[in-house]
Amino acid sequence: MAILKTEQLTYTYSQGSPFEKTAVDNVDIEIEEGEFVGVIGHTGSGKSTLVQHFNGLLRPTSGRVLLDGKDIWEDKKNIRTVRFRVGLVFQYPEYQLFEETVYRDIAFGPRNMGLSDAEIDSRVRSTAMAVGLSDDILERSPFELSGGQKRRAAIAGVLAMYPQVLILDEPTAGLDPKGRDMILSQIEDYHKRSGCTVLLVSHSMEDVAKFATKILVMNESRLFCYDTPQAVFKRSEEIYDMGLSVPQITRVFDIMKKRGFDIHDEIYTVKYAVELVANELRKKGRL
Amino acid sequence: MNLIKAEKLSFRYDDESEYVFRDLDLTFRQGEMAAVLGHNGCGKSTFAKHLNAILLPTGGKVYIDGIDTCDESKIYDIRRQVGMVFQNPDNQIVATIVEEDVAFALENLGVPPKEIRERVDEALQAVGMYKYRMHSPHQLSGGQKQRVAIAGIIAMRPKCIVLDEPTAMLDPIGRKKVMNTIKKLNNQFGITIILITHYMEEAAQCGRVIVMDEGKVLLDDEPKEVFSHIELLKQVGLDVPQVTEFIWELKKKGVNIDTHIIDEEECSSILLKLLS
Amino acid sequence: MFRDITLGQYFPGNSIVHRLDPRFKIIMTVIFIVTLFIGQSAVSLELGGVFCVMAIVLSRIPWKLILKSLKPIVLILVITSLLNLFFIKDGLPVFEWRFIKITETGINTSVFMVVRIALLIAGTSLLTYTTSPIMLTDAIESLLSPLKAVRFPVHDLAMMMTIALRFVPTLIEETDKIMSAQKARGVDLDGGKIMDRIRSVVPIIIPLFVSAVRRAGELATAMECRCYRGGVGRTKMRSLKFGPADIIALLISIYFLAAVIFVNAKL
Repeated sequence: MAILKTEQLTYTYSQGSPFEKTAVDNVDIEIEEGEFVGVIGHTGSGKSTLVQHFNGLLRPTSGRVLLDGKDIWEDKKNIRTVRFRVGLVFQYPEYQLFEETVYRDIAFGPRNMGLSDAEIDSRVRSTAMAVGLSDDILERSPFELSGGQKRRAAIAGVLAMYPQVLILDEPTAGLDPKGRDMILSQIEDYHKRSGCTVLLVSHSMEDVAKFATKILVMNESRLFCYDTPQAVFKRSEEIYDMGLSVPQITRVFDIMKKRGFDIHDEIYTVKYAVELVANELRKKGRL
Repeated sequence: MNLIKAEKLSFRYDDESEYVFRDLDLTFRQGEMAAVLGHNGCGKSTFAKHLNAILLPTGGKVYIDGIDTCDESKIYDIRRQVGMVFQNPDNQIVATIVEEDVAFALENLGVPPKEIRERVDEALQAVGMYKYRMHSPHQLSGGQKQRVAIAGIIAMRPKCIVLDEPTAMLDPIGRKKVMNTIKKLNNQFGITIILITHYMEEAAQCGRVIVMDEGKVLLDDEPKEVFSHIELLKQVGLDVPQVTEFIWELKKKGVNIDTHIIDEEECSSILLKLLS
Repeated sequence: MFRDITLGQYFPGNSIVHRLDPRFKIIMTVIFIVTLFIGQSAVSLELGGVFCVMAIVLSRIPWKLILKSLKPIVLILVITSLLNLFFIKDGLPVFEWRFIKITETGINTSVFMVVRIALLIAGTSLLTYTTSPIMLTDAIESLLSPLKAVRFPVHDLAMMMTIALRFVPTLIEETDKIMSAQKARGVDLDGGKIMDRIRSVVPIIIPLFVSAVRRAGELATAMECRCYRGGVGRTKMRSLKFGPADIIALLISIYFLAAVIFVNAKL
């Protein structure tokens, strides 16, 4: 059964005012448990608004959101529980750090859940480890950390709630290549170990291409497609025209196709492209 | 001619802290477009702030068009020559109306009102934001705000613009527009550009790439040469464009191929030749 | 939740009201307020009303927007009218039932007060609708400039106002975002006891404060880069100049004030 499901989900901002805008328009989607979903779309495509429905931060104007088959708005009082089950890491999450120590900041979510001290302690330590923060950092003030460390501490604060679904909105924005790779690989590790469902929101196909098992593309408030990376990258030119970045390597093969050389395959990682070209060359006896 | 010259430049914030960089020698020619790469905390932003006397050297000298940045009486001449654009577009726009913001520097410099008007319009046209001159900044996208910030700098008619990760907070469309604006300023107006970035594809569009690590210049060459040092770059926490990595991996497999490839057009041409 | 606030929002346009010198507009607004407050009779309110409606029509600001500016004070209007309606006991009774007694004077005063407050808000909103915040600041700076003689930091004050205005939308957006982020970590902002509510504000106030300080630092550097050095030797792209239209407009508002004073004297 799908862990997350939307039925004709529509969300309209400032309804009834002259600034009325439909941000999410009639979206039907089913996300299976354990999937690693890349959510892409340009600014204003509705992707951030869409994911804020998954943990009940926004309430649909019409339509439903189902978590594990149950409408999350069925009992309004339970919405907090939904937020613990669907963890949402916002863009630039380091700006929400506020406690005196990193430890206490990571413990904030679990404490709100009403867990025991022992359980909180074990969660804080294990998630800190998962994001590569050592024990001595836990006792420091979050405001003394480097940019990358702050970001990871903030992500740990959501991970420590042990959500069934983890949503990250642009977790690598503004980081250097090393910091970016580190966070992405930690998220991937966490996904593999915990088996939780991950939704990674990004502008960059390049980031999601490496890990995603499914890709969700939003365009102009509507669901453009939700499919496997292979199927989505078949439409890489349409996606590029939408103003999204497509991996450079994909563009290379798109250009070759235009020049009359079709490799009849979807290429979106360097590793795969290398294998493919090497095989072609071997076939021709040039390698 | 050298526009910017840093000689044995050293800097630390105070006597107790460590040096951010030491004995750095670096020059920039009038009219060039250079990218500065390096992981966060490698000293590149601190270096940038020396170029318009926001920070002053602990040791060594920085000369802008022959003027020593330590010469306090010339400080506004220096800041007029070398403008800076920062990462967060929100935190560098002062006024509540686009054109008022672009006028800000000129008002500070005491330029006569009529001339301000002309130069503001000119600057807004150069970055393609003239249409939005009466908008308020919060109605604009990140990329548009960043172009307004650039207009606010070019209104001073500087010889050089230093941009500190101007595209880091933007989406792909905004990033592309800002890059195109920067390139246009360099091509059409001959403004020297120093671009600090984490995007290798942006660095690949510059004429020169400088790689900094631990306060030292590690590499300083044309992009093709710099990116051919793929292993060294990875060691210092940087990346290379995907196509460069791709070609390099092919070479490792024994394919006879030129590894100086940095953009997708070149890469597809070379692949076509290889495969047909 | 914060998005609906319209007070102090500029509505760009090119009407005659927009083009008036902001200094004159401020003075006219003050005259208008005085007119409303010294007015004692329905006639004087009508005069104020005519002036206000005339200005709104000339400004070409949509009526919808004017009504929207009244929305935040609807409650105040309702309370004012009810208080006047039920607590004024003199005059001819119109309606009586047990202890409730509504009199003609009560109705009159109630309508009078509501119209007066509504006009007051509509008129002052018109000032901010038709004058960009930066023009307002310029005007205040200019009007206060005589105080420079007594070393009052007029320029600095104006700069602070500009920056504050510039960052209001940014900080509102930021507050919204931090609130959502903390809600996602289980902060309950809606329910709970008073103490719990106060405690739940901490995770919002601290990040907001930290971010404001960071922004201030970055902004200061950016301003330095653009040669900011206080008010000394500064010029303005748009210098304020008044023309015949401004003087005529001012005379009209003085005329209305005089008319109200005249009506008062006749009473």
